[in-house]
Amino acid sequence: MNTLIPRDEQDAASIVADAAARRTPLNLCGNGTKAAMGRPNQTEASLTSAALTGITLYEPAEMVISARSGTPLAEVVESLAEKGQQLPFEPMDYRLLLGSRGEPTIGAVAAMNISGPRRIMAGAVRDSLIGVRFVNGRGEVVKSGGRVMKNVTGLDLVKLMAGSWGTLGFLTEVTFKVLPKPERMSTLLIRGLDDESAVAALSAALGSPFDVTAAAHLPAPDRQGARTLIRLEGFSVSVDYRLGELRRLLKRFGGADILEGRGAEAVWQALRDASIFQDRGERAVWRISTAPTKGPALVARVAETIEAQWFYDWGGGLVWLATPAEGDLGAAAIRAATSALGGHATLVRAPDADRSRLDVFEPQAEAVMVLSRGIKASLDPAGILNPGRMYAGI
Amino acid sequence: MSIAFPTPDEAVLSRRNEILAGLGRLVAPEALIVTEDERRAFETDGLTAYRQMPLAVVLPSSTQEVSAILRFCRENGVKVVPRGAGTSLSGGAIPQADAIVLGVAKMNRVLDVDFENRVAHVQAGITNLAISQAVAHEGFFYAPDPSSQLACTIAGNIAMNSGGAHCLKYGVTTNNLLGVTMVLLDGTVVELGGAHLDSAGYDLLGLVCGSEGQLGIVTEASVRILRAAEGARPALLGFERVEDAGACVAAIIAAGIIPVALEYMDRPAIQICEAFAHAGYPLDVDAMLIVEVEGSDQEIDDMLRRIVAIAEPFRPKTVKVSQSEAESAAIWKGRKSAFGATGRVADYICMDGTIPTGQLPQVLRRIDEIAKSYGLGVANVFHAGDGNLHPLVMFDSSKPGEMEKAEAAGEDILKLCVEVGGCLTGEHGVGIEKRDLMPYQFNAVDLEQQMRVRGVFDPGWLLNPAKVFPLEGRFAA
Repeated sequence: MNTLIPRDEQDAASIVADAAARRTPLNLCGNGTKAAMGRPNQTEASLTSAALTGITLYEPAEMVISARSGTPLAEVVESLAEKGQQLPFEPMDYRLLLGSRGEPTIGAVAAMNISGPRRIMAGAVRDSLIGVRFVNGRGEVVKSGGRVMKNVTGLDLVKLMAGSWGTLGFLTEVTFKVLPKPERMSTLLIRGLDDESAVAALSAALGSPFDVTAAAHLPAPDRQGARTLIRLEGFSVSVDYRLGELRRLLKRFGGADILEGRGAEAVWQALRDASIFQDRGERAVWRISTAPTKGPALVARVAETIEAQWFYDWGGGLVWLATPAEGDLGAAAIRAATSALGGHATLVRAPDADRSRLDVFEPQAEAVMVLSRGIKASLDPAGILNPGRMYAGI
Repeated sequence: MSIAFPTPDEAVLSRRNEILAGLGRLVAPEALIVTEDERRAFETDGLTAYRQMPLAVVLPSSTQEVSAILRFCRENGVKVVPRGAGTSLSGGAIPQADAIVLGVAKMNRVLDVDFENRVAHVQAGITNLAISQAVAHEGFFYAPDPSSQLACTIAGNIAMNSGGAHCLKYGVTTNNLLGVTMVLLDGTVVELGGAHLDSAGYDLLGLVCGSEGQLGIVTEASVRILRAAEGARPALLGFERVEDAGACVAAIIAAGIIPVALEYMDRPAIQICEAFAHAGYPLDVDAMLIVEVEGSDQEIDDMLRRIVAIAEPFRPKTVKVSQSEAESAAIWKGRKSAFGATGRVADYICMDGTIPTGQLPQVLRRIDEIAKSYGLGVANVFHAGDGNLHPLVMFDSSKPGEMEKAEAAGEDILKLCVEVGGCLTGEHGVGIEKRDLMPYQFNAVDLEQQMRVRGVFDPGWLLNPAKVFPLEGRFAA
């Protein structure tokens, strides 16, 4: 397959305009570390942001950073860390799960709305993304939002671009608001809870005034091995105070240990990256978002018919589920559970053939699909940008 | 009075009786307002300098009624101006002569509160404050708090993506909205989002939030509710120079502190508010910050100590750390009365641009110069942490031409905000007020793309069509 590597935004615009004129579908990508996600699409050429690199603006005192879309995520993370700051939404790294190599780009993080454990309190990518520049399917350069935190000027196309998987435009520059890195991170660990009690504990913690920044539960075959994790971040004095209060609040769920330092960081990184499901592809991996207290019931329904492993993030509202890579990979059971209990499931890891024949994303109501097709046509009338990567026809 | 309304459609005006009869078949008689006296209550909103009498006002009680009304309006080519409580400061709810007003204020019930999942499901006509009141008994609240929160509806908040004084920590409406039930122009009812986080497919919820009533009518909303902090207390810092206050804001942020509120007042604003509220503000400083932090008493003490230490190098002339609820209330009283107090000494228009906070001193100087060049005064009270300015351009409406001068000064100020890297509106919305300034922030391609997306929902420009997009350069999608 032919790979097109624009040198700059104008170059990208000409390539897209040319492809639109010839109705040549393009596969939009960064460095391809997540090529094995979404619906496989049939394209003649790839358009990559690989050469659109560099941080274009960073004002720590204004908590804002802009970078060209092909800038490695790692470079953004490091630049922020130098000034004691971080991306609020804690983007996951899919490389372990997908077994891919290369440098994930900041543009893909935006395009796929990749948010990790802190999403529960600090919002998703779409909440921190305050400005974009992109090339639409006509080959026009469009901007939306800007570099200031509060901006309600005009229709919010930034939100549309976040999580549209390159089907609406080729991002060339993204601007985020950022947060200070906390002085200290500490995690409360409660052992031995079943899923229902664990989510009750997480709900109690998240419903407390103590600013929990992550809340997860890792079940174990032997219940004693189950771990429920509640993370606090901030100034040390404040973290100490809140640890004490939360321990008191959660006493009925059993005693809690405190995890700090490298070990605790590694645990949260493993949860963020779902790396416990790393294998040689024997299992399919699903990511399901639902109301937190519905998480255990949803899992129970699926586990009635499918042999599955799972864990919870976002206080129970994000279920990571691994199913045997055979038959429908559990799709029917999972879709039945989300329609009964609310929420949506994404097939994150599966062979190409399975991602072609099964719905990767939650099927939408027809009225919503009508709007989605309209929006696709309004940005990409020739249908050349990542066609079919999310849903057939958009 | 420089903002033009589109020319009313004579064909629609001449069919008024027929249209009223049609609407009368869809809702109860008391839900349809037709007499001139009663319609007058809806002729303007918070931007009172502009007013237009609508064809009629209809106040439906259910999603089904909204659906029937919109389908009727689409079939009959009747324009629709959605309205919450009519508190828009940008004229977002001002009617048009050939449009009906569709008000959602009757749909104001709390449908369900789920504390475990931290979500409240409400009808869209409920007031912002009523949501917080409905969950307060469990110590929860709804975070975005526009200063009109006693009156404004969540429907209007969603339309305008409203902010408030606490968004530095808690975000604006779009960050606290989980789902909506929305009626499209053809009467179709769609559910976007829900009690879960993020959605499959395109972020239509994010697109709808802030779309100023141009994509559909929201009848129900699921919003995130949060447990309130144990306490909150402010410190007041007065500075001799504007530059010092600006640098202090930057230093607080750079130290990794996100105060829950970080408010700025300049000398004229301090003088006006102190004379009105007797809040104990220093009268000998050019700039004042109110910095509020949250937590337990111990956490608050620790944080305020840090803030005072950070401020030290900028030689604050006044440092007052609140030690009690009474002192906190006094500090906030002045700030919260800013608009009312200014209204007692002058007429004013309130602008709403956002700037990169690093530009603060320079922009404030230039705002002052702009006002002076029109022979007007200006007072500044605003959210310093996020750069959202609210210059109050003061004038005397009894003097011919002064209102126009104030509008012109306001325009210059907003253009300045864009010029330094900011935007026309941080939280009040474009409405009609800033509609004609849109080309200063967006080029033709940007605006056309927005209009194309808008056109997916309303190709015939029937939904709130006088707003947001300049009248020139529009096209049927």
